[in-house]
Amino acid sequence: MIRLEKRPEPSRGFAWAAPILAVIATFFFGGLLFAFLGKDPVQSIVTIFWQPLFGEFAFYYRPQLLIKGAPLVLIAIGLSLGFKAGIWNIGAEGQYIMGALFGAGVGLAFYPAQSAMVFPLMVLAGAFGGWVWAMIPAVLKVKFGTNEILVSLMLVYVAEQFLASMSLGLMKNPEGFGFPGSRNLQQYASAHNAEIVADTGMHWGVVAAIIAVIFAYVLLARHRLGFAIRVTGDAPRAARFSGVNPSRLILFCLGTSGMLAGLAGLFEVSGPSGVVSIDFNVGYGFTAIIVAFLGRLHPVGILLAGLLMALTYIGGDIAQSQMGLPAAAIQVFQGMLLFFLLAFDLFTNFRLRLGRVEVA
Amino acid sequence: MDLSVINPVLLIAALMSAATPILLAATGELVAERAGVLNLGVEGMMIVGAICGFAVAVESGSPALGFVAAAAGGALLSLLFAFLTQVTLANQVASGLALTLFGLGLSALLGQGYVGVKPPSMPDVNFGALADIPILGRILFSHDPVLYFGLALVAAVWALLKFTRAGLILRAVGENHDAAHALGLKVVRIRVLAILFGGACAGLGGAYISLIRVPQWTEGMTAGVGWIALALVVFASWKPWRVLLGAYLFGGITQLQLNLQGAGVAIPVEYLAMSPYLVTILVLVILSADKSRAPASLGRIFHASS
Repeated sequence: MIRLEKRPEPSRGFAWAAPILAVIATFFFGGLLFAFLGKDPVQSIVTIFWQPLFGEFAFYYRPQLLIKGAPLVLIAIGLSLGFKAGIWNIGAEGQYIMGALFGAGVGLAFYPAQSAMVFPLMVLAGAFGGWVWAMIPAVLKVKFGTNEILVSLMLVYVAEQFLASMSLGLMKNPEGFGFPGSRNLQQYASAHNAEIVADTGMHWGVVAAIIAVIFAYVLLARHRLGFAIRVTGDAPRAARFSGVNPSRLILFCLGTSGMLAGLAGLFEVSGPSGVVSIDFNVGYGFTAIIVAFLGRLHPVGILLAGLLMALTYIGGDIAQSQMGLPAAAIQVFQGMLLFFLLAFDLFTNFRLRLGRVEVA
Repeated sequence: MDLSVINPVLLIAALMSAATPILLAATGELVAERAGVLNLGVEGMMIVGAICGFAVAVESGSPALGFVAAAAGGALLSLLFAFLTQVTLANQVASGLALTLFGLGLSALLGQGYVGVKPPSMPDVNFGALADIPILGRILFSHDPVLYFGLALVAAVWALLKFTRAGLILRAVGENHDAAHALGLKVVRIRVLAILFGGACAGLGGAYISLIRVPQWTEGMTAGVGWIALALVVFASWKPWRVLLGAYLFGGITQLQLNLQGAGVAIPVEYLAMSPYLVTILVLVILSADKSRAPASLGRIFHASS
């Protein structure tokens, strides 16, 4: 018979192989799903994963990879710090919205003044907005022991309502002929998060994402705080004895992830999106959870996972317009990826043994 | 603003209906958590139940059949969670989140052809003369069968946990899975059953929204009710009757803010719509001081070797 045996140490090889196996399994079962929807599975996979990179119009899609990948990586890096320590911020979507609203609010308040100071102020405001929104579950957890999962998630719905209120009320474009949505920040030079190098997709959010990856790497590998995060996740009691202050760790992890999510929102609203509108958020905050796990909560892994996930968004759009593949199919595809990853992760900590159970 | 348009009798009757989806989902989750499983996929199972129930009700013309399909759909999805957490020993928080993300996508995919379709309506239970009693008749005897089923379910779960051997076994597994294993109880099998029950209940709750409350299908229509149900289990200190109390509290707030929107109160609609979520946070804060009631093995991974 087959049985599971706990490995004395988690397998390093399998820790890296599990995401790759998960991607392969998702290709297979995703293909089955596409076939079930009446689409050619091979053509679907090629459209989603090959065309944006090497297809005829790749010159158009490649920059999109950075534009869609940057917010995912930025948010997922922040989430991974908390996830490592067993602090579950799953309300990044709300922090993303609040960051965008705070940042855009500052930008719109200065309209139409032209100054080099406007954009940096917006960045600060965006980071602050996300940070404040994440501090609510953090402070409640530290003070009252409230479950941060539920509070951070409830705040997503609150933020969505707040976004609706803003885009229909306070931030509505006074010259917008009554349509909902704010002024377009792309047309306001001082507040526009423009591409740094034209037609590359390289905007300030991409720079921020790269910096975040480097900082997270150094923090986790070299800094005492990173050590505290890792110990807390692996053995909370041992962490306490080694002098880790759990309250400060909670405030740091939730605060940082909120700040990064807020930044992601700000860079999106002032750049690729441009407008504060009701449906401005597209769920990056939730997809980033998949990115964080798929990247094994490791900064470099998250960078790769973020790009892969961005690819599914872009390829999904292409498949939608060319083959009529429903948008929801891509969502299912992304969810599947996380399932397979969690399942294959079994072999990181356990191995299969064939044969009889020996009597000890 | 005219608050006199809010009729208290109708408000209470509507509150019971607004509370039912939360009640069903929370009761299912309560059973799973008492068995030591923290399933954060309630939202995902609800929305899949909502579309399964809706689709089958529309195709067959029978809402009752729809509810059966919703329970089956929710249970089927929860089977994925059971496989991940009980067989491949994955982290329960991550698996639950995965279930919700997957469920939201799957439901959108399944529901493509059903946007704007009107489902067959479910007739209220006929209590005859009882429904004509002033005030009480309207509040107690003028609802659909699923609402009464929800109330019966709470009573049944309460009785099961308190008086039966099965309930004792379930609680033993949830409090200390190692001891339960040593007693020869099949920890994994019991937990899988509890997860399936939770999934079926969440599915029913979802279908209640799409078939009776709204009744139509829109993407993401559960709008966080599954998460409120999760919060409710904490609120209720893992006790069935308190789940009922909590569900009516949330149902009341939901219904009241809807009525206030209708009455044209000077508060903007968006801020009224925030209220159920804000109240959930508030209640969590007030009640989270006491965690002693939580099942001791909640969220912990069980493997017979350790």
